[in-house]
Amino acid sequence: MKRLSFLVPFFTILVVIIFSTAVFAAYPDKPITYVICFNPGGESDITARIQQQPLEKVLGVPVVIVYKKGGGGAVGWSELMRTKPDGYTIYGTNLPHTIVQPMTRGKAGYETKKINNVYFFEFTPNILAVKKDSPIKTLKDFIEYAKTRPKLSIGGSGQPSANSLGAERFAQVANLKLTYISFTGSGAAVPALLGGHVEALMTYTSMAARYPDKMRAIAIAAEKRAKALPDVPTFKELGYDYTEGAYRGVAVPPGTPKKVRDVLEKAFEKVNYDPVVIKKMEDLGFIMEYYGEAKSKKLVEKLSVYYEQLLKDLGLLKK
Amino acid sequence: MLDSIAIGLQHIFTIKVLLMIVAGLFGGLITGALPGLTATMAVALLVPFTFAMDPTEGLIVLGAIYMACIYGGSFSAILVNTPGTPSSIGTTFDGYPMAKKGEGERAILIATFASVYGGIIGVIFLLFLSPPLASVALKFGPPEYFWMAIFGVTIIASLASKNVIKGFVGGAIGFLISTIGIAPIGGDVRFTAGFPELQGGIELIVALIGFFCIPEALTMVGQRDKKFHLAEAGKVRGIFFKTLKEVMKKQGNLFRSSVLGTFIGILPGAGGNIANLVAYNEAVRVSKKPETFGTGIPDGIIATESSNNAVVGGGIIPLVTLGIPGAPPDAVLYGVLLLHGLRPGPELFTTHSKVIYTFILSLFVATILMLPVGVICGRLLHRTVVRLPIRFLAPIILFLTIIGSYSIRNNIMDVYIMLTLGVLGYILKRLEFHPGPIVLGLILGPIGEMGFVQALLMGQMLPNKWMIFFNRPLSWVLIIMSLLSLFWPLVAKRLAKGWKIKEI
Repeated sequence: MKRLSFLVPFFTILVVIIFSTAVFAAYPDKPITYVICFNPGGESDITARIQQQPLEKVLGVPVVIVYKKGGGGAVGWSELMRTKPDGYTIYGTNLPHTIVQPMTRGKAGYETKKINNVYFFEFTPNILAVKKDSPIKTLKDFIEYAKTRPKLSIGGSGQPSANSLGAERFAQVANLKLTYISFTGSGAAVPALLGGHVEALMTYTSMAARYPDKMRAIAIAAEKRAKALPDVPTFKELGYDYTEGAYRGVAVPPGTPKKVRDVLEKAFEKVNYDPVVIKKMEDLGFIMEYYGEAKSKKLVEKLSVYYEQLLKDLGLLKK
Repeated sequence: MLDSIAIGLQHIFTIKVLLMIVAGLFGGLITGALPGLTATMAVALLVPFTFAMDPTEGLIVLGAIYMACIYGGSFSAILVNTPGTPSSIGTTFDGYPMAKKGEGERAILIATFASVYGGIIGVIFLLFLSPPLASVALKFGPPEYFWMAIFGVTIIASLASKNVIKGFVGGAIGFLISTIGIAPIGGDVRFTAGFPELQGGIELIVALIGFFCIPEALTMVGQRDKKFHLAEAGKVRGIFFKTLKEVMKKQGNLFRSSVLGTFIGILPGAGGNIANLVAYNEAVRVSKKPETFGTGIPDGIIATESSNNAVVGGGIIPLVTLGIPGAPPDAVLYGVLLLHGLRPGPELFTTHSKVIYTFILSLFVATILMLPVGVICGRLLHRTVVRLPIRFLAPIILFLTIIGSYSIRNNIMDVYIMLTLGVLGYILKRLEFHPGPIVLGLILGPIGEMGFVQALLMGQMLPNKWMIFFNRPLSWVLIIMSLLSLFWPLVAKRLAKGWKIKEI
């Protein structure tokens, strides 16, 4: 045995050469930068942090998270358009942001179609929430109350965003007059609700999961109930055709080779089935989704049609 | 609570944890002293390393970094007139003049003692008064933030007492710069001149580097034939204890500034950047010799540095009790808590009391350890800067400004913006516009704008929407404070005259 031990270094080198020249193992062989287009500590950051370690394990290289915030994500995504398409810089993306921004801003710095999403890993539906000590307990209570108080203030994150468009859509289907007040992030809207400065929030399931003893979710804008909030009915169950929320995914620069995209797609898929990841995500109110590259493209196309119509109805569409 | 404290202390006083705190302090000091790397970034950068530790130890390291980063910002403010973080803007007003007089070491010692004092006061509030104080965070709604911004504008009157008109013009310039980018409410695109990068607006830190650092470096270069070094390093025997005694005599200033810092820290919409300027303003207002501020007096440094470190404890108060981060770095700490399944709220103080009390106590220990670590680092840095000839110092500073402004968002556009603002700042400085009011306008612009628009939307439910600004008691407190602050220079003059007449 000992006599053969001198072969170990040779063998190691041989293995390294074989694997590094083999096409499938060429990517990735150095750290991958995962760009988050929002503030550190925000939800996009938290989901990326949950993925970071398992992703490193699957890909076998370090994954470094950096922040490129500004313009509701647009600063980062416009840079995505010009980044080297080698797969070593990937960007977190959000829907409906990447659909709605080019539609409402004219010049957002990127085109929705050019954002090459390789995976959408979670969905965070909107919820309608009031303070825990509020007498409003059901959606029926809320609608009755809102009818007596026209222009009722309802807070949420950003504008145009899943929250703001959701509030508009909900007002449409329930025939209410609401005043949407936008805050700079989901977290920033919470003190406004708890302090009584707004009467309700159109926020995300993740906020109800974070503040269970301070906030009451009265309905969820999803096709089915969320695991973190099993007692909260969907708007559809209650007879209102309203689903809305935000998807989080990951994209590569335009022109990234198919092989690289496949590696990333598979890696994110594998991470998404990791029980630890699922547990952490679901505890925080996120709903796991498994949209691969092809499915992601279809999702964006489907939602683009929906938002175009909604924005047209609201007079927000810019050509 | 007491037994949790005992367990916490046991946990902290192990070699491993103490070493971790000291390492965190060193790291924090360096990142804080480099303009561009803020406390938020420093804490966020370190998050992945804490994955390998248990949650308590992770929080301890991040807390030490946070505390030291805010303090470290004073080094560059004093030595090269550039706030290392936005929390040290006011430290440049008196710190740099003091350094120029050859008393840089004294200025750094003053900043150290004040930072330690402020940090301790903040942590004491955090430890004993969190639940009642946290509710303050909720009382502040959009109308209150609007009035707070108005109150903030009145600070200009004391920042630029020599020429109030120029001060307000500077403030207006800052305010206008703050409107570049996507509107915080409504999402309209404003003044981006077709550059998609400008959608993100002008980062405060980019503007800080541009307005403070570039003009200073250019001035240094312009003076090259007159002076070879930035300042003479005078050696004073026993400067440590002399300065300590001097600072401790200013109990009124120390305590007032620390309490202000804690309270402003609690407010989610305001952090160290506002706290240090408010504390400076109040120190000027209370002083019997307000005209000496800005010439390099200890009171200016004491006010800003004690208040900004008190913000650390203050900002954690609403975080641990309500789950509402009081300042941007606290949002990152919140993320760490959530990732470890620790949900802020009463549960954190019961089920996880060990974690939370250990964390709070570690902040206390870190603040105290900041004294030796800070004195060593500060003296070294001071000596290096003072001994470096300007022909080396100026290019090094310029190099750091570029690295610093790039690192904020990893965006080359920020470097161009910084250089443009730097040239603008140099011209404005030549025209005797102080950078303080400009930066203040930039900080208060978004707060005031958001508060104004959100409040008007809230007012939709009232018969007259403008009433929203006048029908809340807390708003009135802020209105009266603003009026008092605005007219204080006049009142003070009257009083001074009155005294003089009496003296005669």
